[in-house]
Amino acid sequence: MTAVPPSMSPASKPAPRRIAESRSQEDRVRLDAAMRGFVSDFGPEAATWMEACLHCGQCAEACQFYVETGDPKYTPIWKIEPFKQAYSREMGPFAPLFRLLGLTPKVSLGELERWQDLLYDSCNMCGRCSLVCPAGIDIADLVEKARHGMFEAGLVPPDYLGALAGKERETGSPFGIPKDAMRQSLLEIGEKHGLAMHVDEPHADVVPAVSSIDLKMYPDSIAATARVLNHIGVSWSFRTDGFDADNVSLTAGDRVGQKRVTQAIVEAATRCGAKVLIMPECGHSYTEMRWEAANTVGHALPFRVLHMSEYLAECLEAGSLRLRAVETPADSPGVTFHDPCQVSRRSGRSDAPRAVMAALGLDLHELADHGPDSWCCGGGGGVALINRAKPLRNHAFAIKDRQVADSGADTVYVSCTGCRQTFEHGFKDLGRVTKVGSLLDLVAEQLEEREAKA
Amino acid sequence: MTLLDFARGPALYGSTLILVCGLVWRLTGVFLLPARRDRAAPGKGSYGALWGALRMMIARSLPRRTFLGRTLATVLLGYAMHLGLGIVLLGGAPHVLLIEQATGIGWPTLPKGVVALASGITLVALLLALVRRCTHPVLRLLSNGDDYLSLVLTLIPVATGMLLAEETALPYDTLLTWHILSVEALMIWLPFGKLSHAVFVFAGRAMLGAKLGRRGALS
Repeated sequence: MTAVPPSMSPASKPAPRRIAESRSQEDRVRLDAAMRGFVSDFGPEAATWMEACLHCGQCAEACQFYVETGDPKYTPIWKIEPFKQAYSREMGPFAPLFRLLGLTPKVSLGELERWQDLLYDSCNMCGRCSLVCPAGIDIADLVEKARHGMFEAGLVPPDYLGALAGKERETGSPFGIPKDAMRQSLLEIGEKHGLAMHVDEPHADVVPAVSSIDLKMYPDSIAATARVLNHIGVSWSFRTDGFDADNVSLTAGDRVGQKRVTQAIVEAATRCGAKVLIMPECGHSYTEMRWEAANTVGHALPFRVLHMSEYLAECLEAGSLRLRAVETPADSPGVTFHDPCQVSRRSGRSDAPRAVMAALGLDLHELADHGPDSWCCGGGGGVALINRAKPLRNHAFAIKDRQVADSGADTVYVSCTGCRQTFEHGFKDLGRVTKVGSLLDLVAEQLEEREAKA
Repeated sequence: MTLLDFARGPALYGSTLILVCGLVWRLTGVFLLPARRDRAAPGKGSYGALWGALRMMIARSLPRRTFLGRTLATVLLGYAMHLGLGIVLLGGAPHVLLIEQATGIGWPTLPKGVVALASGITLVALLLALVRRCTHPVLRLLSNGDDYLSLVLTLIPVATGMLLAEETALPYDTLLTWHILSVEALMIWLPFGKLSHAVFVFAGRAMLGAKLGRRGALS
């Protein structure tokens, strides 16, 4: 690290994306790149949080990785420790004094490498820690910034997360699906389900963005989207020029890829005059589009951004969505619901999926911690995409498994693709028979007069 | 000039100057960073950034029920030491007198017994916090020199203050000198270390409250 704050030092050539094993660049250059990446969008907000930690350790008690493993290294604020140290040594208000007196140690690249599993494998960026912090530190936000630094230093986990983000930066899609293939897949899904499928319409009031992961793993959810929108009777269209809502780059820490995905969707929705952009059942992509996209593109968005569950709740209220109640046998143990952190805790919309479930007449047995207090499934923040993190992820999932069992329900409904995957894998690995269902898919099954409108 | 004169005179002015300038410098360093204009549309249940910030500054002083089962010890120790300190500082007769002399504003003081009890609770809470910091795995990992120094710098004025109030066999002037000097040491370190949480916990809460308030996600 140089004596000059990295943010003010002359810009060196940015580090290309690399994996931890690569050693083609000088460590110091990579370290500087890491710090520059970390502080690149530092404002009073993040700087205040860097100054505010009490070291009280309460955040550990809010984190599924610490609570389930008991290993103190999973304490949320500890996950950004090297960046905290580097900040106070190089950039904080007393940096020169602290350097002079040797009060904060120098951070090494090796340390950042060792921190990879804390910043990626064991943080869902779910923000539960920010709910307990007496200083109001948004640790999830700081982890996101630290990941920017890790990306610049080439320290993204190389397996699934790194590979998908790389593909997304290159092609705009984490799986590199070309537009024609995407269009073809969508039309085929429409054909298979006997649905009118709208793709690349020049004008549409409602544009649903779709997760590539849905396209690969849950095509029925894409059919459900089309079925529901046909039922509601709005003019709508998928857009292959702004389709992929996954934004794996966001969780990897690649701001260039992140911007590319965001911009493509904003431009596509703007081009067809959309009034509403629906984000699929996919957590982080929603917060990115809902709270960050306008800042990324530099202007207020000309359309509203809604999570699928918010859109469904709005249409229910307006009367354009009419649902049949689910017929439940008298001895049914009921269902429960897992709140996606980004929609519930981070965006304050725990009410929307509950309005939908009420309309469906579900016998909802809430988890002990639900709504904003809900525990993350353990797959968020890209953790589900890191192969080597699976044992740890399963360990963290135990808390969710226990709470579901305690609720007595035989089905968990989710409204996020990532959560759905994590629950399915988690239950499978534990040998549970608890069912996992998508709220959107259920809505699509319970439409009134759906055949007439489909 | 006796040591007591020094403590009451130049040391007091010097430490106050360092406290004020240090805090102003630290706050300025943070708040002069370029702020980003948030262009996202506010959320459905938005309280607005300002109300969100104010609400969070107060609301976060109360523990959240969900976490209490796991954080009770920290919460209790935190309340005990902060409320105790508050009672001693704002209710103890010598402190009120000092404030009245300096500012002209005074208020009724608390009975000596209440202040003594509060001091005792504070002292025990601080000692327990120190023990906990040395023994709890998470706290041991997180703690650095600043954490221990800040605790000790708070402990000494409380301990010397208790001895002063109890009129022990120790010479009053010597005790008073060390009480004042220890408070000044605390004031000098405050802006540089974690004692600055007196300001920064509220600043941090305000930032989170503004963000979540705008989103309508205060909970």
